[in-house]
Amino acid sequence: MDLWFSEFHSKTVKLSIKVETQLYNESSNYQDIAVLKTKEFGNILTLDGVIMLTERDEFIYHEMITHIPMAVNQNIKKVLVIGAGDGGVARELSKYKTIESIDIVEIDEQVVKVCKEFLPQTAIGFEDERVNLIFKDGLKFVRKKDNEYDLIIVDSTDPSGPGEVLFTKEFYGNCYKALKDDGIMINQHESPFYKEDAKAMNFAHKRIVQSFKMSRVYQAHIPTYPSGHWLFGFSSKKYHPIRDLKAKEWNDLKIKTNYYNTNLHVGSFYLPTYVEEMLKDNE
Amino acid sequence: MLDQKKAPLFEALQKLKYDNVVPFDVPGHKRGKGSPELTNFLGEKCMEIDVNSMKPLDNLCHPVSVIKDSHELAAEAFGAAHAFFMTNGTTSSVQSMILASVKPDDEIILPRNVHQSVINALVICGAIPVYINPQTDKRLGIALGMSVKDVIDTIKAHPKAKAILINNPTYYGICSNLREITKIAHANGIKVLVDEAHGTHFYFGKDLPPSAMSVGADMAAVSMHKSGGSLTQSSILLCGENVNANYVRQIINLTQTTSNSYLLMGSLDVSRRNLALNGVEIFEKVKAFSNYAREEINEIGGYYAYAKELINGDSIFDFDTTKLSVNTLDIGLAGIEVYDILRDEYNIQIEFGDLGNILAYVSVGDKNKNIERLISALYEIKRIYKKSKTGMLDSEYISPQVFCSPKEAFYAEKKSVPIAETIGEVCSEFVMCYPPGIPILAPGELITKELIEYITYAKDKGCVITGPECMDISRLNVIRRD
Repeated sequence: MDLWFSEFHSKTVKLSIKVETQLYNESSNYQDIAVLKTKEFGNILTLDGVIMLTERDEFIYHEMITHIPMAVNQNIKKVLVIGAGDGGVARELSKYKTIESIDIVEIDEQVVKVCKEFLPQTAIGFEDERVNLIFKDGLKFVRKKDNEYDLIIVDSTDPSGPGEVLFTKEFYGNCYKALKDDGIMINQHESPFYKEDAKAMNFAHKRIVQSFKMSRVYQAHIPTYPSGHWLFGFSSKKYHPIRDLKAKEWNDLKIKTNYYNTNLHVGSFYLPTYVEEMLKDNE
Repeated sequence: MLDQKKAPLFEALQKLKYDNVVPFDVPGHKRGKGSPELTNFLGEKCMEIDVNSMKPLDNLCHPVSVIKDSHELAAEAFGAAHAFFMTNGTTSSVQSMILASVKPDDEIILPRNVHQSVINALVICGAIPVYINPQTDKRLGIALGMSVKDVIDTIKAHPKAKAILINNPTYYGICSNLREITKIAHANGIKVLVDEAHGTHFYFGKDLPPSAMSVGADMAAVSMHKSGGSLTQSSILLCGENVNANYVRQIINLTQTTSNSYLLMGSLDVSRRNLALNGVEIFEKVKAFSNYAREEINEIGGYYAYAKELINGDSIFDFDTTKLSVNTLDIGLAGIEVYDILRDEYNIQIEFGDLGNILAYVSVGDKNKNIERLISALYEIKRIYKKSKTGMLDSEYISPQVFCSPKEAFYAEKKSVPIAETIGEVCSEFVMCYPPGIPILAPGELITKELIEYITYAKDKGCVITGPECMDISRLNVIRRD
């Protein structure tokens, strides 16, 4: 049988992946959740028909959203992760012995269940005993926190789904409040390439800079995300992502990574001209 | 018992689409084909039913078939003897019930915190308002309901009054003792007219304050387009059994268009059906949204989202918990300032902000995530914008001093005077903040220093002031008395 999964990356462009079998396909209270088995990318998790992760390339996303802040501030003890129901961020964070607690706030319990069953590669992250899984609206959780976290990682879906609230000014402002004076916020920043993604990226950036004085954007290449060119936001009340990089200290930790390294850390903040211009327009 | 699953007018409109009748009547856009740009904007589905009255669609001015049937279904759903679909907003419902109940020089008892449409009706018909000053809550700075004692005293002082008008509830959700006031009024031969612009859901929800028809009131103006889900500008006028509905129809026809919109009427029919079938469930959901938001907002500190704890057995006899009214004074911001920040900084549009309160309109169309956004934005506004409370105007209801009837004042010889120089003059026009559209000054009322200070303060805080002939409110028209 010739079975293909397709996702529209823009109205006239789509990515298709040949599927071996469909492992799971059900609707939760929030979204349609599916897991597909593919030859090229291993198991794939999709939410509302959009690829969230594939076993083959998830390391890029999870390493880049985690190690960048961890290499800047070695004293991060209390971490809040919003979204991240697949466990990938927790897996990367658990490589640091210095971290004391990892609160993961995921709105959809069903996503975690599905990942535990079909995506053990990332769901292994939940097994770390420092992880506290909380099933709640991220915006609701964070607004009640004040001066509490060293690091907040916003691992959201696209702004079109239940992740919409995680792209609002009130959310970023509440994150600012929830962070300590030297806190860092990392967010999934969408892509600059296709028009709709770029619009979301511009909106997000505009709203972040209204709360954080220091906000820099960095990039990674993730083959299964639209255009493959993906951005992240680094915002902090205190640290500069390059000037404050503790490369030697991080390398001394001897953490095994497949994408991230401290040279790439610096390089990832050097952006294409058109992206720089887009960001400048929103600052 | 009628079958509330039916929607005769709505079904006739659907059939019209199916029948494909050749139109040689108005409107000239002919099912949208003559206005391609508009059709592209609104969609063919919408343009195809923008038609004029015709045999299968009945005529609102003289209903004999599908509109009549739809009226009967609406009357039954609302527990009324008769119902009229209205196409010029609840303003037209309010005005029709007043024009149908009082004649020139008749007295009508009203709380002063009525919507402008009520006093407008008095300008048209020449009836004389007898105001009952509503009780006020100094902390919240809002007008409340009428106390039963005030109603009894006023009726004693004005035994010839023909009608009383009651808000059920106010914009903020506050209800008077409707049952008792209706009983007292009827015992004195006075007709009971109820402005239910904010109370459609009382007819369909569970554990909500009583509706006008349920307590035997004579007429009620119901804004279906607010909590009822119909299109903007559509409304329903209800009549009790002692009202001559045919006379009411004649009154409506004095001012109502003869080209009534089938989009509006169809939306009333289908919304009535939805409320009759699913109303309990719908308003349980709305109450749950509002109750949740209230709890969360009160947890922030500095905001006060009020509800049934205000009930005092009289001027706050009941509270409509679907309403989400929030006092903002303790964070040092006027309601209108919070309204502006929500709009400009957080992309959240709320219903209105006055000097001390905001009202976020919550409905069945809401989603959890939007409620969360509103609450979170209020957290942020407190964190970023909180100020000292000093200098905030502490009470905002000012009792009017009535000099002459609204009609007399409106049509009197007048002159335009700079606003600062109007103290001691009699105003001949309306001045109000919109929304909520409750007059600060109505025609025929004395202008005082306190009122001018209030208007200046409201303008300064960013309220939109409407009513006067002079658009920037730098001048007011006053009665020429020389």
